[in-house]
Amino acid sequence: MATALKQDDSDNNQPEGAENVVVRFAGDSGDGMQLTGGQFTLSTALAGSDLATFPDFPAEIRAPQGTLFGVSAFQINFGSRAIETAGDQPDVLIAMNPAALKTNVDALRDGGLIIADEGEFGKRNLDKAKYENNPLEDGSLAKWQLLKLDISALTLEAVKPFGLGNKEALRCKNMWTLGLALWMFERERQPIIDWLKGKFAKLPDVADANIAALNAGHAYGETAELSGDGLGSGHLTTRKVGAAPSAPGEYRTVTGAEALSLGLVAGAQLADLPMFFGGYPITPASAILHHLSRLKEFGVTTFQAEDEIAAIAAAIGASYAGKLGITSSSGPGIALKGEAMGLAIMTELPLVIVNSQRGGPSTGLPTKTEQSDLYQAIYGRNGDAPMPVIAARSPGDAFECAIEAVRIAVQYMTPVMLLTDGYIANAAEPWKIPDVASLEPFPTSFMDKMPEGGLKPYARDEKLARPWIKPGTPELMHRIGGIEKGIDTGHIDYGAANHQQMTEIRRDKVLGVADSIPDQDVALGKTGGKLAVVGWGSTFGPIHQAVRRAVEAGKDVSHIHVRNVWPMPKNMGELLKSYDRVIVPEMNTGQLKTVLRDQYLVDARPVNKVSGQPFTIAEIDAAIEENLS
Amino acid sequence: MNEMTKITTLKDWETDQEVRWCPGCGDYAILKAVQRTMPDLGVRPEDTLFISGIGCSSRFPYYMETYGFHTIHGRAPAVATGAKLANPDLDVWIITGDGDALSIGGNHTMHLLRRNLDCQIMLFNNEIYGLTKGQYSPTSRVGTNTPSTPYGSVDRPASPCAFALGSGARFIARGIDVHKDLTNVLKAAHAHKGAAFIEIFQNCIVYNKDVFEEFAAKKTAASTQLLLADGEPMLFEKGEKGITLDRETLSLKVVDVVDGDWQAANVIVHDVTNRSVAHMLIEMPFGEFPMAIGVLYDDPRPTFEAAVVEQNEQAAEGKKPDLQALLNKGQTWTVTEDGPEL
Repeated sequence: MATALKQDDSDNNQPEGAENVVVRFAGDSGDGMQLTGGQFTLSTALAGSDLATFPDFPAEIRAPQGTLFGVSAFQINFGSRAIETAGDQPDVLIAMNPAALKTNVDALRDGGLIIADEGEFGKRNLDKAKYENNPLEDGSLAKWQLLKLDISALTLEAVKPFGLGNKEALRCKNMWTLGLALWMFERERQPIIDWLKGKFAKLPDVADANIAALNAGHAYGETAELSGDGLGSGHLTTRKVGAAPSAPGEYRTVTGAEALSLGLVAGAQLADLPMFFGGYPITPASAILHHLSRLKEFGVTTFQAEDEIAAIAAAIGASYAGKLGITSSSGPGIALKGEAMGLAIMTELPLVIVNSQRGGPSTGLPTKTEQSDLYQAIYGRNGDAPMPVIAARSPGDAFECAIEAVRIAVQYMTPVMLLTDGYIANAAEPWKIPDVASLEPFPTSFMDKMPEGGLKPYARDEKLARPWIKPGTPELMHRIGGIEKGIDTGHIDYGAANHQQMTEIRRDKVLGVADSIPDQDVALGKTGGKLAVVGWGSTFGPIHQAVRRAVEAGKDVSHIHVRNVWPMPKNMGELLKSYDRVIVPEMNTGQLKTVLRDQYLVDARPVNKVSGQPFTIAEIDAAIEENLS
Repeated sequence: MNEMTKITTLKDWETDQEVRWCPGCGDYAILKAVQRTMPDLGVRPEDTLFISGIGCSSRFPYYMETYGFHTIHGRAPAVATGAKLANPDLDVWIITGDGDALSIGGNHTMHLLRRNLDCQIMLFNNEIYGLTKGQYSPTSRVGTNTPSTPYGSVDRPASPCAFALGSGARFIARGIDVHKDLTNVLKAAHAHKGAAFIEIFQNCIVYNKDVFEEFAAKKTAASTQLLLADGEPMLFEKGEKGITLDRETLSLKVVDVVDGDWQAANVIVHDVTNRSVAHMLIEMPFGEFPMAIGVLYDDPRPTFEAAVVEQNEQAAEGKKPDLQALLNKGQTWTVTEDGPEL
């Protein structure tokens, strides 16, 4: 995505032979669709195609089998050109049961290919999916190509020699399906075979059965093509999608949760600090806790606390004691942490708070994506409690944003909110691996001896940051807390003038972060013109593609994508005012729009979607069209 | 701490801040007891960290010339956990109250105790919310009249020491704010490696005056207090009464001791490692029994921070913190000017 070259890669003007394909794997939540998608992603990345993925799964771990609400899907868009989104409409839908077909088929483009596991289309499953007739037989799928295969039976046949029970054997269905998909797109099987051997190292029979299923799926494709087997209205052919033009370098795939975790580790190293991470399990944020808990050799201590409040409170305690305190959650957990954020603001301790946003309010949509915590991030605390806010735009971008969050936290002695969302956290993309030597260190300095003029724990440097003093340091004993602090001394002070001044200092310190961030750039298009499409966070992909199409069609449109949500870059107001019109697509009811209006008195107009699904390019296209006419 | 530790006096532990508790508040006595105890512990002020929540007691850190963190309501145990994990060499004291530790922060208190973080927890129990002007607390007795319970409270109180024992605490003690023996309790708590829980009966002279007078009053102390000492018989009333085990009901009972022959009366010898007896001492109903004061239970086991540090070291052993290698982990591919190379 963000790493691929951006030339000649639009839908309308692709280099010769360049193409992209959108495939959606859909099945029961027990069918292993996320795993299948993940491995297909890896093989696709290894073939050099650019890609973006969209895992979409229910909140229930194992919803009742065969039900509509138990369907888990994984969509991948891959191509020999730059890919920015997971694709508006699938070209191929692999449906492992009737419920998966029913909930996903309407998204398939007309003429697209359905591959369905016929073996699962018995009466029981059809009833659960609320089909009166078998859609594979009644002609209702006529506008698509249909390929019916009894994947269940074919899998059982393939794994027979390994003596697994029926249930165990059927769990290899996803590998059979993956084998077929790899054949269709001419992908290598070996990386998957290596992965299976590693994953089931202690269960060689299971590994062998899965490999056999994978090979059988692949072989099935080869044989079917050779024999010209007609199955339903579809037919099997291979389709090679080549490598995308990418900047030279070493690549891997990365999800947002991985990249963010790696960025935090990198940030701690650049700050020359050991890390303390306090977390509490919550979807979709837990993956960060999982990743970091395996990285002890990097000086990472992870602490699964008794609740969200304890997780942030412990991180604050660790920061006070001289480590880099980090906590992470999703909206509901962030709400619980609110009071403690105020404590970190008042005591002016560095802290990074990661919010992997999900649909809200309350429990909301735990596994679906949304950007509706922007107000919460900027304003959601008692008192005048300013805090810098940064938002990642893609999985790879989460790495850089995490480093930036750490930098601001330690240089300004402040908590920083780092926003990502369920989509970024789970989605994978090819990532050009950064060269560590090119990352600029920002080593932390602690006050370790009595300064001239005596100890003033709330004296300030040119950034308005106070000194960081670790307990254990001789002579510098002092007390801090959540009660208003006296200027410089940090002693309890309820004085009227003091509170006025301290509130202003805290505000100015955070606003001053704008001095250390780059000017807002224009991601695509030009400064000034008819229309600016302003986004933040994971809407980058669809906005960028839609603006690219518009620009190539000769329209006067630009894309601005905000990383530093608070404070914003200094040129933001001037930049926005250089356009006749500003629209703000967001997966909420208009939060950045309100902030922009408030800060710059611009007539920013909302384009909103809160369905738990990312924007499609077509939706942004339509908004651009409407606002240009 | 070690031989190099500078000898300190009470004055070294006092700050220049004006103490802001009500005149006559029991907190003054506790503060003095702590400041008097510190020089005897052989610790350095710079390694000492007092962490508190919210409430009258939680102002305590401002008056100790050590590092101090006055946090938010109920969360001191969680902040302490982070600080201690970040620097296990710190000598951490948590100052809390009945509302702070058992109501809003009950969850954190429970988890700190079960994890066994090495620290001292001083719970100032005055059975009332003082700083918010006198509402009943989770330790207030049934029928307590307060602004929020004008017809008397109806809910049953929590027993701090029973809560601690149930949470897995390995050191439990009781003290009285003005009691001269409080320093010995503090020393024992400090000597215990692990979470040391101390309930201190503290007299809130404004909102709950003399609520503990029945057993705390000096005049009647001989008959109302059972002063515990490890290895010593459980005697009170100047040795004329003792505590024994009723073998029929497996419960404690008071027996008369004739001519000082406590053995003949089967008086129990206090063994601080006996959890069952500790439980019975905690639950002894006052009135029928004296109030057990001192170290009720002391049986250390490995601490949380030691286990975390050990696991971190083991997991990191032999691995280099090579960030570039970490970023390059897994399956990678190279793109050259001519396209991808597989």
